[in-house]
Amino acid sequence: MKRKALVLAGVGAAALAVPSVMTFAAEDFGKYQVGDTRSGYTFAKVETRAIQDDDFENPGMLWVEHGEEVWETVDGKAGKSCKSCHADASDTMKNVGSTYPVFAKDIGKLENVENRINRCRTDNMKAKPWKYDSRDMLGVVSYVKRQSFGQPMNVKIDGGAASWFKKGEEFYNQRRGQLDMACKHCHVDNAGNMIRANTLSQGQGNGFPTYRLKWQKPGSLHRRFRGCNKQVRAKPYKTGTDEYLALELYVMWRGQGLPVETPAVRN
Amino acid sequence: MNTRRIALGGIALAGLVAFAASATLSGAAEYKVEDEAIKASLTGKAGDAGNGKKVFLNRKKGNCLACHVVASLKDQPFHGQVGPPLDGTASRWKEGELRLRIVNSKIVNKDTIMPAFHRAEGLHRVLKKFKGKTVLSAQEVEDVLAYVMTMKE
Ligand code: HEC
Ligand code: HEC
Repeated sequence: MKRKALVLAGVGAAALAVPSVMTFAAEDFGKYQVGDTRSGYTFAKVETRAIQDDDFENPGMLWVEHGEEVWETVDGKAGKSCKSCHADASDTMKNVGSTYPVFAKDIGKLENVENRINRCRTDNMKAKPWKYDSRDMLGVVSYVKRQSFGQPMNVKIDGGAASWFKKGEEFYNQRRGQLDMACKHCHVDNAGNMIRANTLSQGQGNGFPTYRLKWQKPGSLHRRFRGCNKQVRAKPYKTGTDEYLALELYVMWRGQGLPVETPAVRN
Repeated sequence: MNTRRIALGGIALAGLVAFAASATLSGAAEYKVEDEAIKASLTGKAGDAGNGKKVFLNRKKGNCLACHVVASLKDQPFHGQVGPPLDGTASRWKEGELRLRIVNSKIVNKDTIMPAFHRAEGLHRVLKKFKGKTVLSAQEVEDVLAYVMTMKE
């Protein structure tokens, strides 16, 4: 509810009356920085990074584990589980997290992991599609993307994906909402600057689904898009729609070379 | 750096005279831009600096500290770094120039992140409950302006 305000005061952040200008020069972020491209990890607090880095402390791992169980569970009229068709995820899913969204020729559309999973459920399993940010969907997406953990992001933007990429780029640079801001105003022009209690990052997508300490649960990238749209008092789109798919491709492309971090931990 | 951007935007717009759409259509008061300033009060009345400070701080209204540092407000937490510090801004700009920046900064810098606080039209996909409404009312703009005018060096 309080999210109506431009930006919430950071939960539990130390009160800092007048912040001094930040300098980043000294820090070496290793694989989390590729040229000028920096993961949200490099903007997060040291304590937050530590939670992400420790598989036992990282609460997002509970969803990965849940996803693994669901992966093996038979559901739907066809009597199949994900595993019935895809066997060992560490083998069959290992490049999914770093290459999606992809242009799917058979449906003539861009498709992300969530939408691909629901297509498998309805067409191959004869099961009901999941809600986008449901526990099962977040679990299986986290489990699938986890199989690409550490791999550099490498999405394709040519061929059938080219027109989607262009639409995503337009979305990213278009002002919207009563506050009339585009994604780029915060995540390109002001990355590294404090907006209220938050340090603006480059808004990268390589860690999703991301566990948010504020929510005490993970969220999809499209949920994040909705949040960022609403922050500027703009009407968000529904999760999974073409507009957000195009935006997802553009955002993932901005992060080319960053490692898949799923499940990332952020404020 | 930020100040330079304003100056550059200003050159391109020198001599511009623009009129906002009529009050009934846009939900915004009518005003006239000349010399990169809005010289007349939007309401014909003077602002109240005391109320202006409240609007300036209110996170659902001005929320100005989200982006700006103000040294005299150091009792308030979380000043942002997105815009320049406002200390001394009233010594750098005339009243009409500051009014214009609060009403719609984009008139002097079309690429700015700073929201137009008194504009209701020409916006994309505004949430229903804010549609056709300005962030601040005309009198709230005058009140914030009166408060910002106290930020002298
Ligand atoms: C008013 C400022 C603002 C605008 C405009 C904005 N965001 Fe954000 N965004 C934030 C803040 C604050 C956060 C949380 C801190 C951070 O990671 O930057 C955030 C976080 C994110 C994240 C998560 C990054 C991570 O590492 O977990 C993504 C992705 C993102 N934004 C994408 C977008 C996209 C796409 C748009 C446009 C549709 C957008 N943002 C518009 C303020 C903004
Ligand atoms: C989302 C960020 C943001 C918010 C919120 C914001 N500003 Fe700004 N402001 C800026 C930026 C950035 C500039 C630099 C000039 C530019 O971009 O054109 C600026 C410039 C200014 C200036 C000119 C300062 C100078 O000395 O050059 C004034 C005055 C000002 N803002 C007042 C306000 C007031 C009053 C509010 C609240 C009612 C406010 N701002 C809210 C981002 C913001």
